[in-house]
Amino acid sequence: MPGKLKVKIVAGRHLPVMDRASDLTDAFVEVKFGNTTFKTDVYPKSLNPQWNSEWFKFEVDDEELQDEPLQITVLDHDTYSANDAIGKVYIDIDPLLYSEAATVISGWFPIYDTIHGIRGEINVVVKVDLFNDLNRFRQSSCGVKFFCTTSIPKCYRAVVIHGFVEELVVNEDPEYQWIDRIRTPRASNEARQRLISLMSGELQRKIGLKVLEMRGNAVVGYLQCFDLEGESGLVVRAIGTACTLDKLSNTSAFLPACNSPSKEMKESPLVHAPSHGCRSTHNSPIHTATGSRLTQNFSVSVPTLIYTGMGSGSAGKEGGPFKTLLRQQTQSALEQREFPFFTLTTFPPGFLVHVGGVVSARSVKLLDRIHNPDEPETRDAWWAEIRQEIKSHAKALGCHAVVGYSESTSICEEVCILSASGTAAVLNPRFLQDGTMEGCLEQRIEEASPPGCGFCHIPYDELNMPFPAHLTYCYNCRKQKVPDVLFTTIDLPVEAVVVGKGCLIQARLCRLKKKAQAEANATSISNLLPFMEYEVHTQLMNKLKLRGMNALFGLRIQITVGENMLMGLASATGVYLAALPTPGGIQIAGKTPNDGTYEQHISHMQKKINDTIAKNKELYEINPPELPEEIIGSPIPEPRQRSRLLRSQSESSDEVTELDLSHGKKDAFVLEIDDTDAMEDVHSLLTDVPPPSGFYSCNTEIMPGINNWTPEIQMFTAVRVSRLSNINPTNQTLNKNFNDLCENLLKSLYFKLRSMVPCCLCHVNFTVALPEDELVQIAVTAVAITYDKNQALQANKAPTEKSQQRASTDNEEQLQFPLELSSDPLSSQPFSPAKEALEGASSHTGIPAAQRDRCNSWIELIKLKAQTIRRGSIKTTTSLEKASPLAEGYLRHRSVPSGTNSTVSVVKMTPLSFLPGAKITKYLGIINMFFIRETTSLREEGGVSGFLHAFIAEVFAMVRAHVAALGGNAVVSYIMKQCVFMENPNKNQAQCLINVSGDAVIFVRESELEVLPVQPPAAAPQPTGSAGDVTT
Amino acid sequence: MSSDLDVFVGNTTLIDEEVYRLWLDGHSVAEAVARRLRGGVLEREGTSVAVLQSDTRDHYRTFQMLERLLHAPPRLLQQLLFQIPPERQALLVQRYYAFDEALARELLGKKLSKGTKKELDEFDNFKRVFKAVEELRGPLAENIQQLFLLPPPLARDYAAIVFFANSRFETGKRRLQFLSFGDFAACAQSMMGHWSQGALAPEAAEPDGDLPKSFLQDLKELKVLVSDKDLLDQHKSLVCSALRGKISVYNELEANFKALSRALVNVGGKLTHARDVRDFFVDLVEKVIEPCRSDKWSLGDLRLFLTHYTAAPRNLPGFRHQALWERYMAAITACLLRMYHD
Repeated sequence: MPGKLKVKIVAGRHLPVMDRASDLTDAFVEVKFGNTTFKTDVYPKSLNPQWNSEWFKFEVDDEELQDEPLQITVLDHDTYSANDAIGKVYIDIDPLLYSEAATVISGWFPIYDTIHGIRGEINVVVKVDLFNDLNRFRQSSCGVKFFCTTSIPKCYRAVVIHGFVEELVVNEDPEYQWIDRIRTPRASNEARQRLISLMSGELQRKIGLKVLEMRGNAVVGYLQCFDLEGESGLVVRAIGTACTLDKLSNTSAFLPACNSPSKEMKESPLVHAPSHGCRSTHNSPIHTATGSRLTQNFSVSVPTLIYTGMGSGSAGKEGGPFKTLLRQQTQSALEQREFPFFTLTTFPPGFLVHVGGVVSARSVKLLDRIHNPDEPETRDAWWAEIRQEIKSHAKALGCHAVVGYSESTSICEEVCILSASGTAAVLNPRFLQDGTMEGCLEQRIEEASPPGCGFCHIPYDELNMPFPAHLTYCYNCRKQKVPDVLFTTIDLPVEAVVVGKGCLIQARLCRLKKKAQAEANATSISNLLPFMEYEVHTQLMNKLKLRGMNALFGLRIQITVGENMLMGLASATGVYLAALPTPGGIQIAGKTPNDGTYEQHISHMQKKINDTIAKNKELYEINPPELPEEIIGSPIPEPRQRSRLLRSQSESSDEVTELDLSHGKKDAFVLEIDDTDAMEDVHSLLTDVPPPSGFYSCNTEIMPGINNWTPEIQMFTAVRVSRLSNINPTNQTLNKNFNDLCENLLKSLYFKLRSMVPCCLCHVNFTVALPEDELVQIAVTAVAITYDKNQALQANKAPTEKSQQRASTDNEEQLQFPLELSSDPLSSQPFSPAKEALEGASSHTGIPAAQRDRCNSWIELIKLKAQTIRRGSIKTTTSLEKASPLAEGYLRHRSVPSGTNSTVSVVKMTPLSFLPGAKITKYLGIINMFFIRETTSLREEGGVSGFLHAFIAEVFAMVRAHVAALGGNAVVSYIMKQCVFMENPNKNQAQCLINVSGDAVIFVRESELEVLPVQPPAAAPQPTGSAGDVTT
Repeated sequence: MSSDLDVFVGNTTLIDEEVYRLWLDGHSVAEAVARRLRGGVLEREGTSVAVLQSDTRDHYRTFQMLERLLHAPPRLLQQLLFQIPPERQALLVQRYYAFDEALARELLGKKLSKGTKKELDEFDNFKRVFKAVEELRGPLAENIQQLFLLPPPLARDYAAIVFFANSRFETGKRRLQFLSFGDFAACAQSMMGHWSQGALAPEAAEPDGDLPKSFLQDLKELKVLVSDKDLLDQHKSLVCSALRGKISVYNELEANFKALSRALVNVGGKLTHARDVRDFFVDLVEKVIEPCRSDKWSLGDLRLFLTHYTAAPRNLPGFRHQALWERYMAAITACLLRMYHD
């Protein structure tokens, strides 16, 4: 019995009117944890009830503490009929279970109902007393910290990075066909929310146990996902990286790798001349009716993937004795692990030794053939298979580890595509084991891998390459070999030397597929997958070259399956790595050289392409210094060797072997135009419009080449659903539609955010879904960050910049608008800095200065005046209020509408792991929330757009409220993992599921840190301190 | 390829001032897009009509969701759904409650409690403010400022509208057409400032929107100034001797004093009857302003006259209502001076 959970229900506000007759509500609250329920008294006839309950105490074991969410239900008392539920709040108490996170959860939570959305707010205080656990065989893992952030969190040091942890739990979905069921959707949706909350808790606890087994104390890069499999069940699975973290006593002493990451990035003008590693497989074991497995294995799909004659152990003899030593040690460190995978994308300096390239694997499964759908075994086996595949790919690339690892699924009816991808890498064993060979290798690693280019050096055997690639000596150190192009799923290492700026590169692809059932369907999908991967890859390569760049970071390829098509969307951030050779251009070759007009057309196209490359180089400031070939002394064999880029129109998987003719060994890419389709492809290459001036975009944490961020950020989510209205769609028209859809969406974002220019869209994350026939849904979450154009590319901040930063910092701070119209006269103080800041920010807001001043001063005036307002100076309208002491509270609400306690604290949200110009002083715990919203009056709620707009705003609000209640002022590494939208316009109904997560943190402005030289973690501005604490 | 669903939601709610204005002005999305196009945004930003449409729809949806909160601005500040910087919140409120003075002028003195007029947003705002404050005690403008977080000048204008709606003054007559909304608002402010309970005893029981009954009742006592012939004569001679040589229309003043004084005193005496209250401004114009104007009084003349006219009764033997008189005349003077123009 190692824990006591204490809950106090303080008050409610802005409740909905539940009794039409009186226009009031008789509200009470049920507090449920596990199987125990407490109730507050009914607070009659008020929309702003003051329950001020006793402390409800739940005595529970810590296993239960981890699994169960605290359920708070607000109800309207009804003497004659059943009580009506107003709404619910689920509170995850996990952050209270480890010492360094939050100690109390206290604040206003939106009361949420699946049909009505947010209906008022409730003020709750939650505490946990933990007793020491004496049980050796414990089932709980209290104390293990979880982070969504895919790097070592800012105020911690990684003592050991243990490695991969994964877990998967399965349950029956309370409702898999929502719209036509007899049970009310509301009931089953609430059951679903409750179940997923419970499953998430259980999953986290189980992962925590694994971490404890590995002697770790934290999970970093924790990624939890739901698979709504339909009839076969509801899967919640998670992966992460187990670590042993040490809290840094003084955060300022340790400069975290990524706090303001760009600062540490150097820009060095170097370079130029040639390959990339990329492997992927794809297999589709289909469970037939008899249960026997039918496996179609074709290890294939990406151009580079021809690794004929590859031995599994390419661990090289080359590279001298040191390399071998290193490899052996790393190997021994990693071989103890089943899967040497790391979900991290950013690493402590020195951790990443070499990068091999992207490895990926996919597999098609049939969900209706799972033998024991309620048991996790089958899914476990599926994933194990895929991970094995990934592991062997990494080996083939001479790597023992996979970093930037992630897993995903796409489900359509009974077909499910499982995908995994990561970046094959060689790691420094120093971080992987306790104390081993610390120091002894360290020195030599530094030597062997010069900072800034070491990770580019090939890890595989030059004489026994896994794929044909063109190697040259590194353009940075000239000692080691590098490929001509590098693809990775990780973030750009901070030490990487880049030329110019980076940019978002996307490859988009649609493939029609016949509607089919079961095995036939799975087979046709399996057959299509390699071609899709191939084309996606080709597009990426072409677009990369078109921008004059030579490396991709943060590559994420999403394949989505629908009824009658497959869609592929790859996003990555292109960059010019100084260590790699300058990419050759793109050459077009016609097939019928004797046709004069055709030739002319070809040359016209060629000119256009060359112009685009030149323009892009200028746009992204790619001006590497020209180096004479002799200096490099590289063994470039036949510079202009042409190789055909085969188009994958063929339907048979036998031909896949021809894809061997890859992009290696050449300077220039040759696009052979052999049919009209190919022509269109070339055209589509040129349709990507660069962002308008003042905008840059990337899908990584940081934008290569920009390092002078100002603190102004804007996180957003945009969702579009479009109908592909062609009657007889072809792959080409679909491609065009899809391409337009993505480009228009980006254009729309640039327009929306135009007031933030100059700015960069960071961590642009596209998610594609095919909810129905002909419907494509794209969801984008990203953050726009402004930067200072004038201070470009200066590593160290000048004092002037600091003052500028401060101005805008304050500008943000002013969002913390204390609306306390009552109480102390000092409260007017926060306005003075805000006023100054307003002036500074005028360029952003676009409000004429005079007007802003007026607004500001009159708010101030109201505040001052309000202090003199006499309580209760209002004529009451009903006798009841006059008589009862309750009326006092009610009156107070009326007379001083802004209430006693109305500061709405600002909570920043960002998909990045850091906040520009700020220092994270504390991690308060993981936020992992799942909501369902439904409506039976779609038109009345503004149609599908009105419905979803409100829902997304509600999700943001609930995330912010939970963070504020934990005492935090920001969510970092925020991600919307799922947004499943379904509509039935004929019935005027719609439903949406959203799953989000992130890390709740407290941050302090760097400018404030200067004022307070002593590190003040406790003195951090905890806006919720005032918002949350209810002093009644 | 049409977009069925298209939304953009920022953690900080984006507010486009131009679109907000178009929305407030009651334009449809299509009209708003057309106007934005004419504004040249396409050329400036190099974007497409589709983008503009999508953007406009997003903003319109946001505004529609915000509207409920704008009806009770303190809730806008307290709500959790939209994270909006305070200066933007202020802007939203201020613009939402801004009104067209020409329309307000037309509505002055009309009933606001019932849905009479056209379905105008501004009219809804008047009604909402009226409903919210009609039962409240204390200074009207401050109450409005509290409940609607309006900047003081705007709150004062609303107070005037509520005041006129309560007292139902006639403002629509042709001879009153030369008076602007601003004139009436200033008069209302003076009347509330000088006559209302709040002006004297802050704890008083009646809302400021209504003129206090006891005060209006007391005003009947002032009739003695014109009904008592001796007092009237003495009052006249006091004022005339004080103004001789100081005023350009001395002869006219001498000739009209009794008529003017009767008008000025009787206006107040009639305020107890709702029907007569209506005529307050009509009487002032007809019986004071128009005669003076036809005699070519300057504004300075009128001011000087009213000053001495108000002060003189202090020296009248047997007149015991000087305080009441001055309180009454303070507002009357302010009104007349404000209204005395072409």
